[in-house]
Amino acid sequence: MKLTLKVWRQRNAKVKGQFETHNIDNVSPDMSFLEMIDVLNAQIIESGGDPVAFDHDCREGICGMCSMYINGRPHGPNTGTTTCQLHMRSFKDGDTITIEPWRSVAFPVIKDLAVDRSSFDRIMSAGGFVSVNTGNARDANSLPISKEDADSAFSAAACIGCGACVAACPNGSAMLFVSAKVSQLAKLPQGQPERKSRVKNMVKQMDKEGFGFCSNHAACEVECPKSISIDNIALMNRDYLSASLASEK
Amino acid sequence: MRLDSKIPEGPLSDKWTDYRSSIPLVNPANKRNLEVIVVGSGLAGASAGATLAELGYKVKVFCFQDSPRRAHSIAAQGGINAAKNYQNDGDSIYRLFYDTIKGGDYRSREANVYRLAEVSVNIIDQCVAQGVPFAREYGGLLANRSFGGVQVQRTFYAAGQTGQQLLLGAYSALQRQIGMGNVQMYARHEMLDVVLIDGKARGIIARNLINGELERHFGHAVVLCTGGYGNVFYLSTNAMGSNVTAAWKANKRGAFFANPCFTQIHPTCIPVSGEHQSKLTLMSESLRNDGRIWVPKKQKDERHPTQIPEDERDYYLERRYPAFGNLVPRDVASRAAKERCDAGYGVGATGMAVYLDYASAIIRYGKQEANKLGEYNASDQRVKELGKALVKEKYGNLFDMYEKITGDNPYEVPMRIYPAVHYTMGGLWVDYNLMTTVPGLYSLGESNFSDHGANRLGASALMQGLADGYFVIPYTIGDYLSKEIRTPSIPTDHEAFERTEKEVKERIDHLINIKGKKPVDYYHRSLGKIMWDKCGMSRNAEGLKEAIKEIQALREEFWQNVRVPGQSDEFNPELEKAGRVADFLELGELMCIDALDREESCGGHFREEHQTEDGEALRNDEDYSYVAAWENKGDGKFELHKEELAYENIKIAQRSYK
Repeated sequence: MKLTLKVWRQRNAKVKGQFETHNIDNVSPDMSFLEMIDVLNAQIIESGGDPVAFDHDCREGICGMCSMYINGRPHGPNTGTTTCQLHMRSFKDGDTITIEPWRSVAFPVIKDLAVDRSSFDRIMSAGGFVSVNTGNARDANSLPISKEDADSAFSAAACIGCGACVAACPNGSAMLFVSAKVSQLAKLPQGQPERKSRVKNMVKQMDKEGFGFCSNHAACEVECPKSISIDNIALMNRDYLSASLASEK
Repeated sequence: MRLDSKIPEGPLSDKWTDYRSSIPLVNPANKRNLEVIVVGSGLAGASAGATLAELGYKVKVFCFQDSPRRAHSIAAQGGINAAKNYQNDGDSIYRLFYDTIKGGDYRSREANVYRLAEVSVNIIDQCVAQGVPFAREYGGLLANRSFGGVQVQRTFYAAGQTGQQLLLGAYSALQRQIGMGNVQMYARHEMLDVVLIDGKARGIIARNLINGELERHFGHAVVLCTGGYGNVFYLSTNAMGSNVTAAWKANKRGAFFANPCFTQIHPTCIPVSGEHQSKLTLMSESLRNDGRIWVPKKQKDERHPTQIPEDERDYYLERRYPAFGNLVPRDVASRAAKERCDAGYGVGATGMAVYLDYASAIIRYGKQEANKLGEYNASDQRVKELGKALVKEKYGNLFDMYEKITGDNPYEVPMRIYPAVHYTMGGLWVDYNLMTTVPGLYSLGESNFSDHGANRLGASALMQGLADGYFVIPYTIGDYLSKEIRTPSIPTDHEAFERTEKEVKERIDHLINIKGKKPVDYYHRSLGKIMWDKCGMSRNAEGLKEAIKEIQALREEFWQNVRVPGQSDEFNPELEKAGRVADFLELGELMCIDALDREESCGGHFREEHQTEDGEALRNDEDYSYVAAWENKGDGKFELHKEELAYENIKIAQRSYK
C-alpha cells in the first residue's frame, strides 16, 4: 500500500503547529497503525529529519497511552479500538490520512502528537479511590456482591484513561472518564461510605482543570475504545445532585 | 563477597511471622523525616509507594510513562493466584508454595516462596476492599479458574483484564496518597543512575523526559520496581518502553544480577506476521483451560483447519502429558510447540504456529447452557450459539483482540499461536528483605530474581508484585531505615550527586554526538534476533559463544554508527530508546555468559546438550543448585558469586507433568 500522511507537527506547547505531508510506500495491511508510524519515523530519521513524537506503550489496547486523531476521529475509523489495535487493513491503497493530537484546553500539546493528560491523575487524586490503607481489609468472601453488580462495576472500571472521550466531545468534557470511576465505586458496597464526597470532589477537580460541560452529545460513547456507556454519566449526575442537596458541609 | 540471604531461623511456616514481629520499628515522628524513592509504578511500585506513604514515610515515585496507571502490569490478562482454598479443592499455603517451587524447577529460595504463598491471601482481601471488581459467581462470592502447572482452582480474575484492575486498584491507593501530599509523583521521568554515598544508595539521577533536564533526588533508601528485561529480545509481549536501564545501572554500581538467563517464553502468543512487527501480543494462558492445542498429523498439511478430521489431528500436549494435558507449565508447552513446528507440523503461512481450538469448548458449554434453560433437544446451531455466548463472557476481550490483530474470527476458526518472550525470572539479586547487594537499594516485583526460579507459573507475577509492595517491603525496609534515623537529608549538591550527574550527561551527549547512519531500532532488532536464535527457547554452547561475539561486535558498531536525532534538552523519544538499547547490548552478553555457565537444563533454560531421551529438561542438582549472581567488574567483565540453594522442606524430584 502507498499512503499520503498529513501529520501535525508542533515543537512544544508554546509555539504554533502545522501539518506536514509525507508519502509512505510498502505499507502492509497486517501492520498496526503505530507500526506504520514507526516506518514513517525510520524514513524521517534516515533522511536526517526529526521523527514524529507520539505516545504509545503497551500496543495491545490496554495502557491508554496512544492518543491520535485519525481522519478527524479519536483512535481512527473503527469502533471499540485503540490506535495501537487499528490495523492498516482498515485503509485503502492511495488513501490520504490526517493525523492530529488530542485537541482540548485541558490537554496541552507536549510535542507533535503527544499531549499532557496529567489532569486525569489529579481528578483521581481528588476522590477516585476507596480510603482503605493496606492491612485494613477483611476476608474477601465475607462481602458477597451480586454478579450483576460486580459485572456492571467491571464494565465501568474497564476505562483505560486515554482521553478519547474528551477529544471527541465538542465541549471538551471529561464526564465519561470521571463518571466511569464514580459509577464503578457507586455500584459496589466498598464505595458507599465515600459515595457523596467522592462525586463532589471529583467533579470539582474536573471543573478546575478546565474541562467543558456535558450537553449529552454522546460522541464520547461512540469514540470510546472500551465502549464505556454514557449511562455512567446519568448515574453520576444523579449522585452529584443528591450529594449536593443532601450535603451539610 | 559472600552472599548473605538473611533467611530467618526457625521452621518454614513460622519464619515470616516470627521475623516480622522482630524487625525494629521506626517511630512515626522519625518516619516523617525518612525519604524513600520508588522507581516504577506498576503493581510493585504503586503498591509499595502507597503503602510506605500510608506508614508515614516521605515518598517520591518515578515513572517514564505519562501516568503511573500506564505501567505494563496493566496488560496482564489471566489472573492472580492466592491460597484461599475457596473452592475446597485441597489448596493450602503449603500447596501453593510447593507448586511454585516445583514449577520453578527447584531453582528458587524456599523461604521467599513460602512467604509469598502466605501473604497471597491478604492480597485478595486488600484488592477487594479497594473495589477491584473480580469475577463472581451468582451467589455473590468470588470466582476462580485454573492455570498451568497446577491441579487446583486458585486463580482470581477480572475477565481477561486482571492486571488492569489490580493496577488501577494500586494506582487509586497511590493517587490518594499523592492527593494527600504524602507522595510526590514524577511521571515522564526516567531514572538514569543510582547515587551511592559511602557505599549506600542515597538517591538517583533522573531525566525529565519533557524538557530533558537532569534532576538529582535524595532518598534514605531507593526501591527499584522497574519490571523485567524481556525487551532485550526486541520482540516480546512487554510494552515498547519496558527496559532494563534502572536495574542495569544498579548492577554497574554494585548490585549483583541473578540468573539473567532465566527467561520465560510464553506458549500462547499471536505469531509474528512480518518484518515490520514491533511487539507481540499474548493470548492469556487462561485460554488453555478450555482451548485444545493441536497440529495436523501430516506434515505441511495445507487444508483449512476445519477441514481436518478429528483423527488426523495431533493433540500433542494431551498425548505427551496426559496428567496435565493442555495445562502443563509454560516452559513445557512452549518447547512442545517448537518441537512440532521444527519437525514440520507447524501451520499458517510461516509454518511457525499451532492451533488453539475452541470448537469443542463451545459445544460443551453450549450443551450445559441448553440444559440449564431446559432446552434438552436444542439443535446443533442453538448449542453453538449458546456456547459462543458463554465463551464470549469468559474470554470476549481476548477473542476480540485476536480478531483485530489477525483479521480472523476465533469463534469460527482455530486461533494460530506460537511462543514468545513474556517474562524474566532473573533480575537483581535480593536477600530476604528484598535488599540488593548495595545497602539501601531494594528491588521488588519482576525486577528482582527471588521467587520464580527457572520458570514462573501463570498468575504468579501479579501475586509477587503486590506481595512485595503491599506486604513485604513495608516491614522489611524498617530493618534498614531504623538505623538511618540519625541521617539527615543529604543536600543534592553533594559531590557524589554532582559526579554521577556528570557521568550521565556525558553518556547522553556521547549518544547524541555519534551522528551515525542507522536508527536505534536497527540495533535493537539485530540484538533481538541474536538473542532469540541463540539464547531463546533452546540454547547450546556453540551458539552461545557465537552470540557473545556477535553482541560484542554489534555493541561496538552501535557506539560508532547509531543515529540519534534531535537534542538532549527536549522531548526526544529516540534518545530514550538509544539509552535503553545501549544497556540491552550489555545485558544480552551477560545473559549468554550465564546460559553458557549453567551446564544443565532447567525451567525456561533448555541446553540442548542436557536432555532426557524423550526430550525433557535434564537438571543437574549436584552442580547447579545455586543462584548465579553476577558482579559487574566494568569493561564487560563479570564475576560469578553463588548462593547455594538448600531444600529443607521439599524433596527435590525430576519434574514430571506426565
